[in-house]
Amino acid sequence: MLSSNIMPYAQSNIFSKTGEQEEAAGASGFAIEARNLSIHYSAFRAVKNVDMAIPERKITAIIGPSGCGKSTVLRSFNRMNDLVPGAHAEGDVIFMGQNIYAPQVDPVEVRRRIGMVFQKPNPFPRSIYENVAWGARLNGFKVGLGRPSMDEWVENCLRKAALWDEVKDKLNQSGLSLSGGQQQRLCIARAIAIQPQIILMDEPASALDPIATLKVEELMQELARDYTIIVVTHNMQQAARVSDQTAFFTVDADRAGMLVEFGDTRQIFTNPKDSRTEGYISGKYG
Amino acid sequence: MSTITNNASGGNLSPEALSLKHRPRPVEALIYGFLFFCGIVSIFTTLGIVYELGKESLLFFSTPGVTIWGFLTGTRWQPQAGNFGILPLLTSTLLTSGMAMLVAAPLGLAAAIYLSEYATPSLRKALKPTLEVLAGVPTVVYGYFALTFMTPLLRAIFGKDTVEIYNTASAGLVMGILILPLVSSMAEDALSAVPNALREAAYGLGATKLEVAVQVVLPAAVSGLAAAFLVAISRAIGETMIVAIAAGAGPRFTFNPFQAAETMSGHIVRISGGDLSYNSIDYNSLFAIGLFLFIVTAAINLVSQQVVRHLKRNTQ
Repeated sequence: MLSSNIMPYAQSNIFSKTGEQEEAAGASGFAIEARNLSIHYSAFRAVKNVDMAIPERKITAIIGPSGCGKSTVLRSFNRMNDLVPGAHAEGDVIFMGQNIYAPQVDPVEVRRRIGMVFQKPNPFPRSIYENVAWGARLNGFKVGLGRPSMDEWVENCLRKAALWDEVKDKLNQSGLSLSGGQQQRLCIARAIAIQPQIILMDEPASALDPIATLKVEELMQELARDYTIIVVTHNMQQAARVSDQTAFFTVDADRAGMLVEFGDTRQIFTNPKDSRTEGYISGKYG
Repeated sequence: MSTITNNASGGNLSPEALSLKHRPRPVEALIYGFLFFCGIVSIFTTLGIVYELGKESLLFFSTPGVTIWGFLTGTRWQPQAGNFGILPLLTSTLLTSGMAMLVAAPLGLAAAIYLSEYATPSLRKALKPTLEVLAGVPTVVYGYFALTFMTPLLRAIFGKDTVEIYNTASAGLVMGILILPLVSSMAEDALSAVPNALREAAYGLGATKLEVAVQVVLPAAVSGLAAAFLVAISRAIGETMIVAIAAGAGPRFTFNPFQAAETMSGHIVRISGGDLSYNSIDYNSLFAIGLFLFIVTAAINLVSQQVVRHLKRNTQ
């Protein structure tokens, strides 16, 4: 179904995709870039005029008060918003030198390269093994000479998601039998099994207890060595703890979300340029 | 504060007035009684039906020459000759309901997948009620539709020599159209009940719409789908009017769907429509058929509940 030159693990050693990513990002050094992006839900403009360039293999956090469109922006990066009736985007989102909103682009192909982890853990009602293997199989994973078997690949992904030791003896049990934190790490394993270049995380720890949250945060930092991660979070401490870059969104007077400030996390939290950013991170509102 | 106390205790402020005893609430008791009555009416109706079927069947089975074994295994149903074998009525019932499921299961499932996964919300809003209108058409209309449309069509396709004027295929196919809305509506409910989070998870992995529908939504809805099919089967087994009109009059032990053969329900309606003397063996035999029909559908319902429970446990 996919031609081999764009299928990351069709030709090269799938355990290291560093070369692929550098190639993918091209000369820009950015993994994905929004240019004058506005998103509407039917007549309602949810987000307006967003310009942000996400650096590759870094963790970029998106923070802001409720209703500021953080999740909307995140979901526009892999065209998940297409699933919402009435949603449409204006402007460009540049990924690998192409605008993913160009008419000839197939959203399915976009999502095969930009994975997603959701707020509420949503494993499939299948075995732990199948949860990881399904997406890989879907994306043309083939066993062959010099390539890992599916068993090896599942193990590799579960190891990367720091879940292997907890589940290796019960791979045939339902993914739903795991705890919430384990389920979320299973969802992360499932996402990396298709070898995306970017992983979008929509409040991945908000449904988890503090210990599980910590595990997921550690995992994110681990994964940032290989993947570009964009994470939406309500939790400012989390953004400060894990991210390299932070984007602060807020709601404008016309109820549309907008990007206020985007920069180095340390700078955003210690020396914000915009008074609205300062007000939010110091807890004055939101 | 004082007015509240006054209202609650009738103006008496002495400690005895703050009684926590039950107070009579006649209207509430009356409504409770009425609701309880409504609740148990259906139970008593069922019990009454079982009693009546059982009583008359007992009379039938206590007739000399009639045995339960002969009833269950006999291949002839000829009350005049004293042959009471249910098999000819059972096979034709299975033929018509099998034929109906052959139509309703694939079409109903496909319609449900379309409605739940592909149709836009506005199209779904228009399509679902239209489909449900089909369920509101009187079954006698379907019966004549089978006789005047489906039968000529079958005869044109397969030849007048192969297909008799009355045949179980025609009745079964039209019965499939009758239960199609039931299947599609229940199946659509089952598919729609699959949480959107699962669809998003699959789309997020780069699944196509078809992959999401077939590989994620269908398996997750399997318990509801099984329930839909089993309800449809028991509906088809009990369906009367279409088979009475189009399947043929007269029991015949055959597995050929192009031949006339009377089903259990069709036989009951034809015989009871004639002048039948009360307490004759013919009359009593109808109740035995009715009891058999009742047991079969009740068994299917029980099995379906178990199946649904089992599947639910495996998918949740």
